[in-house]
Amino acid sequence: MTDRILLAHGGGGSLMQQLIRQELLPLYGHRAGEPQLELHDAARLALPHGRLAFSCDGYVVQPLEFPGGDIGKLAVIGTANDLAMAAARPRHLSVSLILEEGLPLALLRRVVASMAAAAEQCGLRIVTGDTKVVERGKADGLFISTSGVGTLEQALPVRPAAIRPGDQLLLSGDLGRHGVAILAARHGLDLQPPVLSDCAPLWPQVETLLRAGITPHCLRDLTRGGLASALQELAEGAGLELRVREADVPVIEPVARVCDLLGFEPLHLANEGRFLLVVPPQQLPMARSLLAPSGGVWIGTAAALGAGQAPRVLLRTALGTERLLLPSSGELLPRIC
Amino acid sequence: MTAELAAALAALTTRPWTLMEVCGGQTHAIVRWGLDQLLPPGVRLIHGPGCPVCVTPAATIDAALQLARRPEVILCSYGDMLRVPGSASGDDLLGVRAGGGDVRLLTSPLQAIGLAQQHPERQVVFLAVGFETTAPATALLARQALALGLANLSLLVAHVRVAPAMAAILAEPANRVQGFLAAGHVGTVMGLAELEALSARYRVPVVVTGFAPQELMAGLLACVRQLEAGQAGVQNAYGSVVRPGGNPAARALIETVFAVVDQPWRGLGVLPASGLALRGPYRRLDAQERFGLTALGGADPTANPCISGQILRGLAQPPDCPAFGGACTPDHPLGAPMVSSEGACAAYARYRPAAAGASIRP
Repeated sequence: MTDRILLAHGGGGSLMQQLIRQELLPLYGHRAGEPQLELHDAARLALPHGRLAFSCDGYVVQPLEFPGGDIGKLAVIGTANDLAMAAARPRHLSVSLILEEGLPLALLRRVVASMAAAAEQCGLRIVTGDTKVVERGKADGLFISTSGVGTLEQALPVRPAAIRPGDQLLLSGDLGRHGVAILAARHGLDLQPPVLSDCAPLWPQVETLLRAGITPHCLRDLTRGGLASALQELAEGAGLELRVREADVPVIEPVARVCDLLGFEPLHLANEGRFLLVVPPQQLPMARSLLAPSGGVWIGTAAALGAGQAPRVLLRTALGTERLLLPSSGELLPRIC
Repeated sequence: MTAELAAALAALTTRPWTLMEVCGGQTHAIVRWGLDQLLPPGVRLIHGPGCPVCVTPAATIDAALQLARRPEVILCSYGDMLRVPGSASGDDLLGVRAGGGDVRLLTSPLQAIGLAQQHPERQVVFLAVGFETTAPATALLARQALALGLANLSLLVAHVRVAPAMAAILAEPANRVQGFLAAGHVGTVMGLAELEALSARYRVPVVVTGFAPQELMAGLLACVRQLEAGQAGVQNAYGSVVRPGGNPAARALIETVFAVVDQPWRGLGVLPASGLALRGPYRRLDAQERFGLTALGGADPTANPCISGQILRGLAQPPDCPAFGGACTPDHPLGAPMVSSEGACAAYARYRPAAAGASIRP
């Protein structure tokens, strides 16, 4: 095998078979008691009875490897987390790879190994996949697209429209690490110690909440656009005013410093292992104590709109003044996931 | 700390006062932290022209767009410049890039050296903007480009000077500014001398101020204290960063590479002695001459109904503009103050859009 991806690796011939069998099949691991993957056109899934969640996402992050993760880890965990935000246990995943001619094989191996490890960590199986190679210059190294299927573990729908006035808003941990890890890698900022991406599966935390009897009205992972975009989307989806206390939003010192340097707001930065939890008021104490071990905090409240008022997110600053929290336009942070 | 300073300001204030913060970074912090909500009634802040992105003339942007469309050119500049519309609304460097132009975002001008060395067959053009804060870095780039004999690097210069713009605001018959919070970062280079001349000539207090909430509040307090006492002097409330003499080495670099010229400001017109242009041997680096561009001094068409000229003069606030939040948004700016995060309109759009924010005090 050459040490770089050739167009022939996607040509359907022997090189492609070699790529799939030698390099990619380890990705499609199987657990004891489950059938080994068949090399066939479609995967047959055995699922428990009940309702399903289905989600897909494309990953085009640059750089492909960054402190705390890489595009492969992100592609598995990102889609698994989207399922978890519907209160669904991630079960099965598809992986579509688009490789640029000339991609170093060693890099592909690292990304594949990272995907396999992330799938294991999320407790899901990669059951089907596809690989294409495009000419040099037609893709930026490696693009990944994943789709996931999960089983819904709560009967009530978890969605913005379920948020009620008086509901309480909790954050699962500090903000901005993924965004800063990517920014630092891209701008050549040599942070000592480095800020690592927070990229991590969210289902374990969600499962803990559900098992303890928490019935989330909404869950939202804080990826592109960060907390600010998530809150705005929830406010609009719920038709409510969300009130957040900035002083209670945790941001670690190195993240705050990088934001200061580059002129970004931590609340606009992407996270890959943090989520917003919305619960009815009587569940606030229990939700707080369940999230506290991972750095989770209570940050605010949902309120009804005044007459003629548009949905909005109101931020109380550390000085006690108020302002609107709006999504960033985000264009100087391209391709972070 | 900030709250205590605000309380001291309230205790001190007996009359209404109108102050201007000069620098866009200060405007951004004031609106972001809602500092105006902490001011005593009657103390009013108006936002100054201190956003270099906002005041870069449309003709210069047009020239940059024209250059970026040429296949041999790599056009580079700071991030915010990529979104500034030229004289035609919606025409910006990001659009040129999407159309195949080679437009690069730099965080330091010296990165242009590396680009020029890596691409000897291309022409690298740096669109140089900013106040006396970024001018020394451009000067350094110019000096190195000449020293290395780089034949494929040139500069499109729109550097501006802060003090002449402050003087122009004070000379305006409709001026309402009674005291200035001067830009801390410019002070690190220029020191206090220019400000002392300005303060003496127009009899206004000038307080060199930082950017954190407590620094801004301390600057406001110092300025109002002078006004209440009938004084008009220069005070350095950012002493941890600004030395009275500024940075003589950086100033010498500016003076070596640039000559002071009359300069058009977007929305304000031509201000005497307010710009910097390449001088002497450095004129060889002038992109305008190298590419035979026509003079960049022309009229500055401002998209109707944008009132950015009045906003940059402190005669109107962003919500006064009929286009604010409707035809003009950060994603579709009509006027330059909506482009940069340091622009007053963008700060309002970001933290206090008219429609949704009507009920926020004050």
